[in-house]
Amino acid sequence: MDINMYNPFIVPFAFGVIVLFINLFIAFVSWIYHLDKQQSKHVLKNIISFKTIAAIWEALRECIFHRNIFKRNPVLGYMHLCFAFGWLALIVVGKMEAVAYVGEYWTNPWLAIFLRFFEDGRAFPHKEVYAFVMDLLLTFVLSGLLLALIKRVYSQLLGMKKTTKHTPSDRIALISLWCIFPLRLLAESATAAIKHNGGFLTQSLGNLLANLPIEHFVLPLWWAYSIALCLFFIFMPFTRYMHIFSEVLLVFFRKWGVTESEKKTGYTDMEINACSRCGICIDVCQLNTAANFNNVQSVYFIRNAREMVNNTKVINNCLMCNRCVDACPVGIKTTLVRQLFREKDGFNKTNYYDYLNTLSSDNKSKKYSIAYFAGCMSHLTPSIINSMKTIFDKAGENYCFIDEDKNLCCGKPLRQQGFLTQAEALKKHVTEIINQTDADFLVTSCPICYNSFVNEYNELKMPVLHHTQYIDMITTNGKIVLEKKNLSMVYHDPCEISRGCNIYEEPRNVLRKTGNLFSTENEKNDTLCCGGSIADTAIEGTDIEAIAKNTFATLTKSNPDILVTACPLCKKTFMRNNAACVKDISEIVVDSLNID
Amino acid sequence: MNTFDSIIIGAGPAGLKAADTLANFNRKVLLIDTDAKIGGKLNLWDRLFPDFSSSQELLNQLSKNINNENVTLKLNTNIISIKNNDNHWMATDSNGNTFYATTMIIATGFDVFDAHRKEEYGYGIYKNVITSVDLEKILSGEVSIETPSKVAFIQCVGSRDEKVGNNFCSKNCCICAVKQTIELKEKFPLTDIYCFYMDLRMFGQSYEELYRRSQQDYGVNFVRGRVSEISPTMDNKVVLKAEDTLLSRPLKLTADLVVLMVGMEASKGTKILGNQLNINNTDGFVKSTDRYLSDSETTLKGLFVTGTSKRQMSIPETMNDAVNAAVIVNNFLNTL
Repeated sequence: MDINMYNPFIVPFAFGVIVLFINLFIAFVSWIYHLDKQQSKHVLKNIISFKTIAAIWEALRECIFHRNIFKRNPVLGYMHLCFAFGWLALIVVGKMEAVAYVGEYWTNPWLAIFLRFFEDGRAFPHKEVYAFVMDLLLTFVLSGLLLALIKRVYSQLLGMKKTTKHTPSDRIALISLWCIFPLRLLAESATAAIKHNGGFLTQSLGNLLANLPIEHFVLPLWWAYSIALCLFFIFMPFTRYMHIFSEVLLVFFRKWGVTESEKKTGYTDMEINACSRCGICIDVCQLNTAANFNNVQSVYFIRNAREMVNNTKVINNCLMCNRCVDACPVGIKTTLVRQLFREKDGFNKTNYYDYLNTLSSDNKSKKYSIAYFAGCMSHLTPSIINSMKTIFDKAGENYCFIDEDKNLCCGKPLRQQGFLTQAEALKKHVTEIINQTDADFLVTSCPICYNSFVNEYNELKMPVLHHTQYIDMITTNGKIVLEKKNLSMVYHDPCEISRGCNIYEEPRNVLRKTGNLFSTENEKNDTLCCGGSIADTAIEGTDIEAIAKNTFATLTKSNPDILVTACPLCKKTFMRNNAACVKDISEIVVDSLNID
Repeated sequence: MNTFDSIIIGAGPAGLKAADTLANFNRKVLLIDTDAKIGGKLNLWDRLFPDFSSSQELLNQLSKNINNENVTLKLNTNIISIKNNDNHWMATDSNGNTFYATTMIIATGFDVFDAHRKEEYGYGIYKNVITSVDLEKILSGEVSIETPSKVAFIQCVGSRDEKVGNNFCSKNCCICAVKQTIELKEKFPLTDIYCFYMDLRMFGQSYEELYRRSQQDYGVNFVRGRVSEISPTMDNKVVLKAEDTLLSRPLKLTADLVVLMVGMEASKGTKILGNQLNINNTDGFVKSTDRYLSDSETTLKGLFVTGTSKRQMSIPETMNDAVNAAVIVNNFLNTL
């Protein structure tokens, strides 16, 4: 170490860096320690594989270049790019410059940051190029900072209707972050005024400052710069900026195949800490846009979770439509995390569904082509069940109506509310009954059940179809023939099968055969929730109504004859107080059947 | 120009009684209804609670004086807009005819809840699910059915139900169900009757006594619990799923006939006029100025409101309210 390249002002910086790394180390070790068995198994299996390389690529793409934010909102993406890429490049290029200056690889570590102050005017390779590049990068970061300032004041200019509210520690970190780069600019310019070692930006500003008694301000400016860095590093692990490191960790663990488990684990902490509070989820949340709730969105729920503030009103107030999951640039499974926080520990000691084991099944002897599971919600819309029966008969299916009289539930509503033991008991029982039928397909009319069968039921012995898929299948292979009518229709994608399971084309194929299908705003994976979601237990009837009305109005802008949906719950919600014709796709199909 | 002292929109019990009273004060009245006959919703019921008196008899009494020279009756006339012009009220019908008067009385009443909106009860899907209005036709003998062995009544269909946007109690269905169960029991003594309720609100004179008699003398079973869904059986019956909240147990009941006690909503006409004149309540009914002191007046001068276009009422209440409105209108005309 060269003693000439030391000045006491680096102490705050060094202290900050050491505290930061200790904090990060403790956090990371604790999260990894708290992974459960299954998750650790995935990590050990995949850590030495191409998945790691894929993870490195994704980390570069998302954590440095922020491609996902770019795709959604280019200006916001540019702002994040400025900070992430700009700052990293400043450090990397700074290090290269320091190495070139000293002439050997092992230099004092702080030189990469404070080189301008310690430069003694000697020549080194590519000196001017480095000065130019470093100034270019600083300009780049400063342009991002300008956007950040504008966003704070006029968020709408950056295409965001609402931006995140801050906590006090966020504010300190934010202010110190905002100070870092202007202070660096001033410190380097002041030094350049005396030493003439700046680039296009710092030297120009330095020449301006040279008229002032600038030599008195050089050291204080470098001190201020170092202290700003120190403050930011110390506060960072307790603020939104923790995402800078957690996000990288999350990318790796996700690529290694780790997913959320039944209970909170270290991975949950990684997800919670990877949230940058960018606020993109606020604008897509219908509880905000249609019902005026502005403290329940994923960003706020996750912040509460990080600060260990448990607010059941916030935790329970979520439609679980997954619009925010779809929009999240970090890819955090916000609704799954929320589900974990709903865990009902006390209730999980008792299993109310023990009695189910005594139910006997009478469907063992026959051979069925279809096992039909209507779902609880379809029992509230008997017209759907009737239509499905007609369609099965018309297609000549030998079907077994599993839940005709058995009061079976797929268990998803329980799972969503955190009653895991009970949900597991139901799942086991329902799996057994379905498998007893030995049918070729399991068909369900309820998107919630479908999602649950596809994502939760791992022991089903037959492929699962939602009735939209089934109807598409039998119309394509000619089992039933549909007559095209002169009806204008729009289709509403139910959240659970659209965003949840990517069923987009099947219902549209069917509807195009029965009438004139028009497209709407918020289609496919941008679909809106009807508001009637059973996942939300904190919402009032009037708010459900507000959301339902808003969604209905968006969908029916083109004044169609019929609003078609494929979910009994959506159908019921839309029917509430809108007299206009709301129908399930199965009813439309029955209306178009060629009854000979 | 057709000029009247008062135009009454709606020739149901409220409109008829108000017209009759105003005619007695020697006021010229125009009584308008969209239907082809007078009586409004009174025509849907055969006998009235709590004394089983005939609705047609009441209607005859009410319309006795309608052929009076002071009353002009216009049926099949659908008023689509009401305007105030220079202290005169004008009502325009769908054919473009305009009627003028010094005052206007809204007596557009209620509609029964459309049971199709509670799809889980299967109205319009299963043929043995009917409404209380349909049941009246069976009780009057207009429609005949085979003797049912089990009948279930479901209370509060479209009332006290956030999910259909009706947070109010329709107040007449409880006692109406008691009346209908007794009539049904008289018609089919061997039929078992179950009535599912949330609360039974027997507030009127001799209602409670009728409720007691329905249980003691007629053996009607009252079950406290909301029916969640109705599904069909192989032998063309229906199964009701419900919870008996007094026993805290789920229950299933197979029935041959289900009667949905449909509630009272503001009628389509009430909603349209209320909206147009900006005097509507959040529940769709028309708002009076003050329910204690000026319950017939509205915020608009010369515009009055009576009967079930304001809120749910029984027939005796409607009668009193209509007389009250007529007196107030007469006083108003005297001050001009």
